[in-house]
Amino acid sequence: MLSFFKKPLIRGGVHAEEHKAATATQAIVYNLPLPKKLYIPLQQHVGKPAEPLIRVGDKVLKGQLLAYSQGVISAPVHAPSSGIILDVNDYPAPHPSALPIRMIVLETDGKDKWIPTEVPIDPFRLEPEDISLRVGAAGIVGLGGATFPTAVKLNMGRDNHVDTLIINGSECEPYLSCDDRLMQERAGEIIDGVRLMLHGMRTENAVVAIEDNKPHAFLAMHTAALPFPTIQVIQIPTRYPMGWDRQLIRYVTGKEVPVGCRSSEIGVTIHNVGTAHAVHKAIRHGQPLLSRIITVAGAAVKHPMNIEVPLGTLISELFNFCEVNTETTARIVMGGPMMGESLPHSGLPTVKATSGILALTASELKNTEEQPCIRCAACVSVCPAGLRPLDMANNIRVNQLDAAVDIGLKDCISCGCCSYICPSNIPLVQYFKYASGEVMARQQAQHKAEQNKRLMDARNARMERIAQQQLEEEQARLAAKAERERLKAAEQEVVA
Amino acid sequence: MITHLKPASGAHVGAKASVSFIMWQVMLALLPATVFGIWCFGWPALNLFVITVSSAVLFEVICIRMAGRVAKPVIMDGSAMLTGWLLAMTLPPWSPWWIGVTGSGLAIILGKQVYGGLGQNLFNPAMLARVALLISFPIEMTTWANVSPLFSSQSPGIADSWRITFMGLDNIDAVTGATTLGYIKTEFSQNHLLADILKDYSGFLNFIGWTRGSLGETSTLLLALGGVWLIRQGIIQWYIPISLLFTVTGLASIFHMVDSQHYISPMIHLNSGAMMCVAFFIATDYVTSPNTPTGQLVFGVGCGLLIFVIRTWGAYPEGAGFAVLLMNAATPLIDHYIRPRIYGRDRKGRPLEIPKP
Repeated sequence: MLSFFKKPLIRGGVHAEEHKAATATQAIVYNLPLPKKLYIPLQQHVGKPAEPLIRVGDKVLKGQLLAYSQGVISAPVHAPSSGIILDVNDYPAPHPSALPIRMIVLETDGKDKWIPTEVPIDPFRLEPEDISLRVGAAGIVGLGGATFPTAVKLNMGRDNHVDTLIINGSECEPYLSCDDRLMQERAGEIIDGVRLMLHGMRTENAVVAIEDNKPHAFLAMHTAALPFPTIQVIQIPTRYPMGWDRQLIRYVTGKEVPVGCRSSEIGVTIHNVGTAHAVHKAIRHGQPLLSRIITVAGAAVKHPMNIEVPLGTLISELFNFCEVNTETTARIVMGGPMMGESLPHSGLPTVKATSGILALTASELKNTEEQPCIRCAACVSVCPAGLRPLDMANNIRVNQLDAAVDIGLKDCISCGCCSYICPSNIPLVQYFKYASGEVMARQQAQHKAEQNKRLMDARNARMERIAQQQLEEEQARLAAKAERERLKAAEQEVVA
Repeated sequence: MITHLKPASGAHVGAKASVSFIMWQVMLALLPATVFGIWCFGWPALNLFVITVSSAVLFEVICIRMAGRVAKPVIMDGSAMLTGWLLAMTLPPWSPWWIGVTGSGLAIILGKQVYGGLGQNLFNPAMLARVALLISFPIEMTTWANVSPLFSSQSPGIADSWRITFMGLDNIDAVTGATTLGYIKTEFSQNHLLADILKDYSGFLNFIGWTRGSLGETSTLLLALGGVWLIRQGIIQWYIPISLLFTVTGLASIFHMVDSQHYISPMIHLNSGAMMCVAFFIATDYVTSPNTPTGQLVFGVGCGLLIFVIRTWGAYPEGAGFAVLLMNAATPLIDHYIRPRIYGRDRKGRPLEIPKP
């Protein structure tokens, strides 16, 4: 009853069937045969795509820079293995549309030969700015799925003097267990990464938050963090979407991030455990981000597992290795089953954001037969952002997108809780993503129209001015001519 | 074989509850009170129940067909059946057949389909039909059969029951009487005091449902059990029932304490009429109640207040139907003003201020 009066720390959310046991109980697999070809997209992060600096036919070594980061928010891309550049061209993206985006195609030579790496003797004697630079140069982005460039986040944390670094080990998505396994097997390296991040941000305190359905990971991390009193490892309730950064920040610190602000502005920065591990590898071993741990799961997978995968590996290679039954696979999902997106085929590459690949059978999927909304308001009660999905969907259905924006469309985080709980199987998140895209397109179109109108008006004004000028010149000319003729006549008169 | 490409966005997995599952759970919760009601009032009650439910389904089929859609999946969601069921529970148990059919027609056609079908209606269809019937056919809708349990000597046989349902009652005064609330209202109008009026009143019999009343509304016990079970199942939330019952109890307590001869006690309020059925099954209708917890609390309090006011000072002995309809009309307003606060924004929708370090 007490909780009724206290301001609730967790709002909404659902408890989905976990399906984690199949992969969480076995060690990470490291022996995926090196694929013959790697398809490395130039944009695997939020921000501007990287710009390639190699040519077709170039020989590259593992870890060699392939494309450099462009602009403030961007990340470079490195060669996940040694080999020859076959092509730099447009290939289908790992996205529901499978529309082509720019990729580098690398034919591996099987030697997996490293480029020479340079490692600092004591990274804690480096300047914090230097840590950010190295993290940025290693191409590290948020590995929880948001793929925001980590170096930018470290810089923002340093500039805003944040007091708490939260390490997100919640892994609240069902099926996924890559962070869980990483924490169990690499706790020491993750904690080292956390210390390096703290150093890089000039921050003292870190809180590692792990959902209480991962007792082994908690124990491992707790033990690894014991020598460092400023790093606290805590257990948090298991409830999707606990890993939503803003939900976690509120739970851990009690602070709420205002809309339109970065969390660092209220003194908190949040990173994923996988990111912390990548930072450790980049600073301690000089290794850029070349691979990541991916959970391959779903009822159509014969050998579900967590596996280390070089970036750019085609999903079909993973499916072959894990023996996925393509006959019973009703849907391929990249990411978790709540927020992940359905892919049209398996000929698409894995990227930095790929935390999981699921091959789901029809019986695992939510029924897609849409029924009328019965206003049960389950979506309202599960929404962690405090929205009213049913009203937003009603507005979108009749194409009143502005009304949907007014009641919070832009505050939707696409967590999928509403779609999950809806008894009428209404694909609410699909509605919201469509509407957001449409609103953006309309705004762009409107902006363009306004721009055109401005140019047009300017042109009209210019033409008018020119015409006016010509008119004036003409009149002046005529006046001058008349004057000349008058003078001439006067002269003749005088002569006469 | 990618057979389920769309929708592209999550959630790709889902909770088990479907619309029909929810409807069936509600019917399951209604079952004990319904069976008890049918047992109490005999074969005519069963006739009325069957007629009302089947005609509700029939009207739904006709409407769906007229709209040019396939009826079967719509019927399978169970909503029409539930509407008919709820309506049947609120009718006098020995009503003639046409009361059930007219009621179902009003509920399904006027109460639901003209608005656009499931989920679109402003008013609770069963209550709309019940109130329309009460106003249009006051005699039939206030003829309350005595308790005459099945297989007892007072209970009409099957042949008699057909006669009652299809041709009406001949000896009305012998087998019918007033409900508790109706009796109290009449006696009050003759300036009698409560102490005299309630000489023969048995709280216990009213509690288990051994009293004159609507087909399925008499048993406070079974309806409350069904309702609590629904809350435990997570089908309904506690906000509306509790706030409704709490409001009636509170108001009744105050007035009863001030003047115990002219205002009935909260126990009688809770124990009679449509109170439990409305609190747990009618007012909690998803479609016609607000969709935030605070809104639901307001809705429940409003219903409770109106029920008390109509019962105490209105012309009708029971006001639950009117109260629910009035609050249904207020639901869009409640939903407009009472909204959840969006994360990172204040109640008015403006972004929160950045706290000063």
